Parts: sequence; C-alpha cells; structure tokens
Amino acid sequence: MTDRAISDLGGLTGGPIDISEHQPTLSERRIDAMMMLLRKKPQAFWVTDENRRTIESLEPKAYEESAYYERWVLAIRALLIEKSVLGEAEIEAKLAEVRARPAGYTREDQR
Amino acid sequence: MSSHDNTQDHHHGDAAGHDHTTFQPDLKEPTEDWEFLEIALRELLIEKDILSSREIQDEIEAWENKSPEGGAKIVARAWTDDAYRQRLLADGNAAVGELGFTVEALKLVALENTDKLHHMIVCTLCSCYPRPLLGVPPLWYKSREYRSRTVREPRAVLKEFGTELPVTTEVRVVDSTADCRYLVIPRRPNGTEGLSETALAELVSRDSMIGTAEAFGLGGKRNTL
Repeated sequence: MTDRAISDLGGLTGGPIDISEHQPTLSERRIDAMMMLLRKKPQAFWVTDENRRTIESLEPKAYEESAYYERWVLAIRALLIEKSVLGEAEIEAKLAEVRARPAGYTREDQR
Repeated sequence: MSSHDNTQDHHHGDAAGHDHTTFQPDLKEPTEDWEFLEIALRELLIEKDILSSREIQDEIEAWENKSPEGGAKIVARAWTDDAYRQRLLADGNAAVGELGFTVEALKLVALENTDKLHHMIVCTLCSCYPRPLLGVPPLWYKSREYRSRTVREPRAVLKEFGTELPVTTEVRVVDSTADCRYLVIPRRPNGTEGLSETALAELVSRDSMIGTAEAFGLGGKRNTL
C-alpha cells in the first residue's frame, strides 16, 4: 500500500458503483445549506479550501467510515471551533440537550 | 388503520387529529450522531443570530432550484448556435454568463464530445462538480468507487452506466478541482436537425453532461433529470 492522503482515491481499485439515485434527507440539506451560508456570509467564516483541509485531516478511520454529509458536519463543527464562532463546551452541552429530548421533539419544526 | 397501511412507522409530535388527505413522508427521527450534531450546531448558530431558520430554508430552496436543466439549456444552445459553441469552448464562464448563469470564483471549462473523443468528469479528491449548472451531485459521483475507478478503468465504469463506446473513440477523463469545474457537451443525436432548442434541451441528461452517458437518442438510457 502506497502512502497516500486519505482523500487521494484516484487510481485505486474498487467494487461496482451504486448508481441508484437518492433524495437527500432533511439533515443533509440543512448541512449543505449551513456550509454554503457560512462560506458566503459577508463575514465568510471560511473558504472552500479550509473545509477541504478539515475534511482531509479527519482520522483515516473516520474519513473511511463516515457518510458524505457526516464529514461535512464534522468539518463545520471543527471550523466553528477553530474560528472561535462556537466553543467546544457549548456544542457538547447543546448536543446533550438535543439527545435528551423525547422522541418526536428532537426536531423542532422551526418557522 | 387501512389508510395507514402503506406508510412507515407513523408517529407525530402533535397528537391533534389532522386528516391525511395528502401523503407526505414522515420526518425520520435522527438516529446517527452526526444528525444530532447537525441539530445542535444549527440551533446554536440560530440562537447566536449567526444564521436564521429563514436563511437556511431559502438556501435549501435555492439548491432545489438548481438542476441539470440549466446545463441542458447551455448544451442545446451550443448545439444550435455554432458561434455560441465556440465561445463556450473558449471561455466557459463568459459563455454561460450570456445565458444568465454564474459560476463564481471558479474556472469553468466546457469539453466537447465527438465521434473520436469522449470526455467524462470525476473529482478524485472530493466532490467538485459544476453545481450552478447541474445542481447537487448524485451520490455515486461522490462515492469511493466512482472516484477511484474512473481514472483507472473508465470504460469499465462507463459500462456500468450502460454506455459502451467504440474502441476507436478515445476516452478522456478530467479530474475536477476546487478551482476548476468541467461541463461536458455531449454529442448531438442524429436526426434532430429540425428540433427547437427547447426540445433539444430535453435530450440532454444530467449524466450526459458528466460524461457517464450520451444524450438521449444516442443510446443514453438513464433518465436521471
């Protein structure tokens, strides 16, 4: 096995491609929207290259095993902390609160 | 229960008895760590007035309004207007701008497929894709298998998409980058001389602009618009 970056997949072997079509889920759409907005706000919290760098510096196991938008949301988390927009502790606290919500109330319908 | 037999695990937060005359898929409860993380980050950003729910909703809608129909219009124009085709090949950004599309901060290169040369697009390193023209990339475009194998065995990959090209056609794979995106102009099907630009655009599938298929009418089978 050559020593290559986790994202450097070109030329590797692989199995058949799953060519079925998928509708993105609400979580995926929201992750995509957040990434785009945080990059394009007037204050542009980061640029494309920074979120690529963040994704590419995930632990190899995390990169391999993560769903596509899972990597994106992990990158958003890392960049928000790196840019001091959010703190790690407040994210963890919020996460615990979200998880503790009863079924049916986890996703508040925000209007 | 008979009216609910075809729905999945049906539960609502609100117990109010609204009737189900229209069928809408239920929101799946989050189960994965990253889905909870999405909720936590979004709510924190909203609480801090960094983002608003409205902005996120608008952004999601803006994404849904971008579709391969944009790229198809550009291809149909290139098929019918030779001067436009040449401008598109010379300067992709300026030419798509003529039709009201912007590909911001990126170089856009249009590649023309012919009998002798077939292009297909990949992004081996991530998922770079001409979103303003084709919408959100399909899942397979971002898959490990497509990213790795397309530059290794493009004809085998094409075959999985139902596309078999003569051995005399050169297959050229182009690897997108964060700064440069590609749009394939598929071959125009024979016998379409009399068609309007609008009718021609309907022959241009998403996959034909990625290069994994040909336009409809040329053996392009997958209807994925």
